[in-house]
Amino acid sequence: MSDAALDIDRPDEEVEDISYLRAGHSLGSWFLTTDHKRIAILYLVSITFFFLIGGVAAALIRLDLLTPAGDLMTNEGYNRAFSLHGIIMVWFFLIPSIPNTIGNFIIPLMIGARDLAFPRLNLLSWYIYIVAGFITLAVVLGGGVDTGWTFYTPLSTMYANGMVVATVVAVFISGFSTILTGINFIVTIHKLRAPGMTWSRLPLFIWSHYAVSIIFVLATPVLAITLILVAAERLFGIGVFDPALGGDPLLFQHLFWFYSHPAVYIMVLPAMGVISELITSAAHKRIFGYWFVAIASIAIAVIGFLVWGHHMFVSGQSIYASAFFSFLSIAVAVPSAIKVYNWTATLYKGDIMIDAPLLFAMGFIGLFVAGGLTGLMLAMLAIDVHVHDTYFVVAHFHYIMVGGTVTAFFGALHYWWPKITGRLYNETLARIAAVVILVGFNLTFFPQFMLGYEGMPRRYHVYPPEFQLLQVFSSAGAALLAVGYAMPTFYLLWSLRRGPRAPANPWGATGLEWTTSSPPPKHNFTQQPVVVRGPYYYPLEHPASRANA
Amino acid sequence: MPEQRALHEPFHQPARQREADRLGMIVFLASEAMLFGGLFAAAMALRLLHPVEYVAASGHLKLWLGTANTAILLTSSLMAAVAVEAARSGSPRLAGWSLGSAIILALLFLGIKGYEYLGEYREGLVPGLANAHFGTRTQQLFMNFYFVSTGLHGVHVMVGIGLLGVSALSRAAREDRAAVLIGNAALYWHLVDIIWLFLYPTLYLPGVS
Repeated sequence: MSDAALDIDRPDEEVEDISYLRAGHSLGSWFLTTDHKRIAILYLVSITFFFLIGGVAAALIRLDLLTPAGDLMTNEGYNRAFSLHGIIMVWFFLIPSIPNTIGNFIIPLMIGARDLAFPRLNLLSWYIYIVAGFITLAVVLGGGVDTGWTFYTPLSTMYANGMVVATVVAVFISGFSTILTGINFIVTIHKLRAPGMTWSRLPLFIWSHYAVSIIFVLATPVLAITLILVAAERLFGIGVFDPALGGDPLLFQHLFWFYSHPAVYIMVLPAMGVISELITSAAHKRIFGYWFVAIASIAIAVIGFLVWGHHMFVSGQSIYASAFFSFLSIAVAVPSAIKVYNWTATLYKGDIMIDAPLLFAMGFIGLFVAGGLTGLMLAMLAIDVHVHDTYFVVAHFHYIMVGGTVTAFFGALHYWWPKITGRLYNETLARIAAVVILVGFNLTFFPQFMLGYEGMPRRYHVYPPEFQLLQVFSSAGAALLAVGYAMPTFYLLWSLRRGPRAPANPWGATGLEWTTSSPPPKHNFTQQPVVVRGPYYYPLEHPASRANA
Repeated sequence: MPEQRALHEPFHQPARQREADRLGMIVFLASEAMLFGGLFAAAMALRLLHPVEYVAASGHLKLWLGTANTAILLTSSLMAAVAVEAARSGSPRLAGWSLGSAIILALLFLGIKGYEYLGEYREGLVPGLANAHFGTRTQQLFMNFYFVSTGLHGVHVMVGIGLLGVSALSRAAREDRAAVLIGNAALYWHLVDIIWLFLYPTLYLPGVS
């Protein structure tokens, strides 16, 4: 409160030239910071840590699947490995990945604000995430859970061994972090836009984060209540799902998927926002159909709430409900397709710069289309009945979550790295990494489409020998993918010490975040920015405008 | 000007900051509504699955205690609303008294709820305890739901009491003509009230015949 009085007069010149990285070096200046940029770095470090743990679990799974007999792990051990992989990757990496790191850093910069609307809430959100993360680590050390990431009842409430309640509590707590972030983003986008930054001038990254914040706020609490009911049933025996009392386990699936299907859009919407920025910047062109892309984000968020039943086609749901959910699931592909077409059309006749961010963005588009089209297949009742709970489904959602979201996350990290750190990374290595990731990913997951179509069920580690060849391909791909993911860790960290200093706008991109220095000053802008035109204003007719890069 | 003293980091204008605080609370309440929305969906499923037994199980609750609590909570909400208007019109003393009475009514609500739980314990209607005995399986299912939902609501009542208490004790909040803290605490309190207005007919009224 003491320095708040100063803010009214804003003696900008004296304090604001120091970059946010140099403003304080003590431990407290990081762990008690309310600066959205530093909190983004805290998130970046923590989610990278959980990505590593989830990756180790994935490596164990792929190693075990090399042989049809499942020689590496016991059945129980395998169940625990894939459960941990799912739980950690979904709640501790994918959901916070782009919003809490890149979004946290870039949103205030993009709209010309000094910070998020509630800076202390933002820090609290990170601490809540860390508490949840520690509980999850305790679960890992304590032996884990074997319910899968879905916690289906009555398995989770009655039969499962392991630390179900602790895991449920960890996920429940992490949900608060998500909700607080959602509230913060929504209020920031409503109330802290710079003068002239009208809704029609918002970068598409902001639109997709606005859409995802709505899902954060409205879907996460439904997961919270579901997990409360599971924990109450397991701990105190006061359950509403218990079939012995006439309760309905299917009710759990409805509640769980009411959250968890929108959660897929939580993961992919921010990625779509990233791609819109990467494509326009690489093509030096205005986005094709701004309003279509913007509204498509909102449409995905809204329709995404109405498709959860497609996870339950074989759970005994009424056929009429299934037909309805099938129709809506196909409908949700429309706004996604609009985005893909518009990105492609944006590239058409663009002044294209083939740098690593574009390679990641192109990778995203290809993998997202493959994941999306197989999603349409799965939305068809007749096909889903055959491939339900097979590797086909596993491959489909990995194309979206890993091929889509993780690729976009890496693209975003490369694109905004100069802004975040003030350093340039080695472009050649980055391009190689992008290609290695793309090849490794397809080698890992394309065989899984084939496995699933041939009938290999998910969540089994003992399988008929005829599936071995494809499983070996998949494991080899996973090794390559691991190399691809490890590469940026090295050259990005190396760039921190040895990389050349980045100019304010290395890509010649539009957007307010590129008008301030790299790394930005503590209060983001030395002067309050004023916006006079829409986003993506690239005068293609005047290539000279790139010279100011 | 107390408003300017409270201006915090990213904001330049008090009015904008007030709007942001308000919007933040409303978005948070939307989230809370979805939390209980999941519970009401579960209640609907229970009733659709077991229409007759659900009604019978509901009949074992003490209708009069639930009704009294409804009246008490509504009155408490009214007092919170009065406190907001009092603060806005520059009567910090009235605001303090109104908040105080809202808190006392909230405590009364919790007292009656506890008395009701005690009665249910004596009748053996608390699941998981040694003396528990139910007429039907559905009655146990119903009581499971009853304790989870009223328990979760009770937690929200306690949080609400805390928020109202902080507003009542803070002189700056009572003297704030914009009623930012009191207004947002009251908004939360109204949500707790509204949730009860849905819980009451869901739990108590089906048993009225």
